[in-house]
Amino acid sequence: MRLLRDIAKHKAIYFMILPMVLYYIIFKYVPMYGSIIAFQDFRVAKGIGGSDWAGLKHFIAFFDSVYFFRVLKNTLLISLYNLVFGFPVPILFAILLNEIRNRLFKSVVQTVSYLPHFISLVVICGLIISFTSRDGVINSLIAFFGGERSALLGDPANFRTIYVISQIWQEMGWSSIIYLAALSGINPEIYEAAKVDGAGRFRQIWSITLPSLVPVITILLILRIGGMMEVGFEKIILLYNPNTYETADVISSFVYRKGLAEGAEYSFTTAVGLFQAVINFILLIGANTFSRRLSDNRLW
Amino acid sequence: MAPFSDKAFNLVNGVVMLAVIVVTLYPFYYVLLASLSDSNALLAHPGLLLAPLNFNFDAYIRVLDNPNIWSGYLNTLIILIFGTGLNLLLTTLGAYGLSRKIMLRKPIMLGIVFTMYFTGGIIPNYLLINNWLHLGDSLLALILPTAINTWNLIIMRTSFEAVPESLIESGRIDGAGEFGILFRIVVPLSMPVIAVMILYYGVGHWNSWFNAMLFIRERELFPLQLILREILVQNSTDSMQLGSSAADQQAIGESIKYATIMVATLPILAVYPFLQKYFVKGVMIGAIKE
Repeated sequence: MRLLRDIAKHKAIYFMILPMVLYYIIFKYVPMYGSIIAFQDFRVAKGIGGSDWAGLKHFIAFFDSVYFFRVLKNTLLISLYNLVFGFPVPILFAILLNEIRNRLFKSVVQTVSYLPHFISLVVICGLIISFTSRDGVINSLIAFFGGERSALLGDPANFRTIYVISQIWQEMGWSSIIYLAALSGINPEIYEAAKVDGAGRFRQIWSITLPSLVPVITILLILRIGGMMEVGFEKIILLYNPNTYETADVISSFVYRKGLAEGAEYSFTTAVGLFQAVINFILLIGANTFSRRLSDNRLW
Repeated sequence: MAPFSDKAFNLVNGVVMLAVIVVTLYPFYYVLLASLSDSNALLAHPGLLLAPLNFNFDAYIRVLDNPNIWSGYLNTLIILIFGTGLNLLLTTLGAYGLSRKIMLRKPIMLGIVFTMYFTGGIIPNYLLINNWLHLGDSLLALILPTAINTWNLIIMRTSFEAVPESLIESGRIDGAGEFGILFRIVVPLSMPVIAVMILYYGVGHWNSWFNAMLFIRERELFPLQLILREILVQNSTDSMQLGSSAADQQAIGESIKYATIMVATLPILAVYPFLQKYFVKGVMIGAIKE
């Protein structure tokens, strides 16, 4: 009743948000509802209403399959490497950049470092493929230092390394913005006082700069841990090939390949995707709760 | 105070930052040089380039001769213009509504934020767009499903909330309706954030390829990035080389690849240095939320 009165009072506003609400219902919530085909033997011709229920069959089939361990391991390893090697780099970069006194030089470094973020993934992956090829730039550097040329991206042993290093190259600058914003909020007088007390540069970084980044670091870390189970498929499917599936194939690329590219196992792959989404969601809530217990830094 | 260690630190730091610049820019510089090089010379010279080999524009002539590049450009422009237009309209209306004190604000906001952390997944999404909405082989499949980006919506709402309530009140006293207030008071005051939105959405459309790969089968409708993918990732420059010998084909392919990258990336590279500060502004507004 009160709701109806509110709608009558704010007719124009409700009218304004209507397209947005419809968008979220159609393009976000309908697919969520559609994921119940994970519990069916879904046939396109029969639709959701007409397809037979299959219970947990597809989940069990996934857990029993040889792929389960492989894609789970690859997903977690790529996430882990990205976290261990990729997460600290923007922090370090922001701290170092913050120490640059020449403003022009600083802004040039910033502008350049953000650039890769805006280049399309297709172009980036095209560059990675070409640079890591047998005659590519990276092999030439390896050969220059006395190593052997090889098709780097064709070797399963290299895939994760190439993925993570190129990821750092792409996002280091852009990810540092949020830390730089936090750093620009520090009162310069604190540094002055530290200098008077005899603190050197490293001491200042350790005792002033780093602590002021802790809240931002915590929040971003929560998000990263919440996303551990998710490695985006776009870059993977642009870079991998059947030779490297054993180290490159992650859950999302597996879902894409079995569900849309090579096969049309809709119910099975939806089950796999749902498994990933649920674990992801639990991880995020877990990380948030954990951080809330420890301190005030949390997402919600 | 230790002046010497200070100097040493500054020197090392400066060198590290220079290295960042070189490592970031060199790949692009290499692409530029390779695109201006002779293909045979390029194949015979694996390794770093510091200047073009046998400087020429042949690869560019080949690329611009390719009808696929032109149709790709055209399709991308159509998606960019109509897509960004729809993005702006829906995001502005929605963000304004969510910045007003209506009863359903909280539950709607919760429902929207939830979609950032939990999604139905790619298969149901595909079935929805392809089988139930029948948007396959239509550019609408690349425009409608990305009509609102939740991050951008939140950035815009945050910025609208910063518009002083007194201005909105005075507009209401002058007899303006909600649409009048939005488009004559709030939007003009929020032009910086709207510029940020145009950039974010625009770059997103320019660079996106995956939905096109899923939903577009007709070559005439391929956006630029799909054409690029064929050339760069699937390594097929066939469509450009009809009539040349096999050996020539591989040779031409090399510099064509790089020229294609240049042609497809030049618009971004050209506007980027001037718009960079707006991109950064978006991150800042988004960060305030936290």
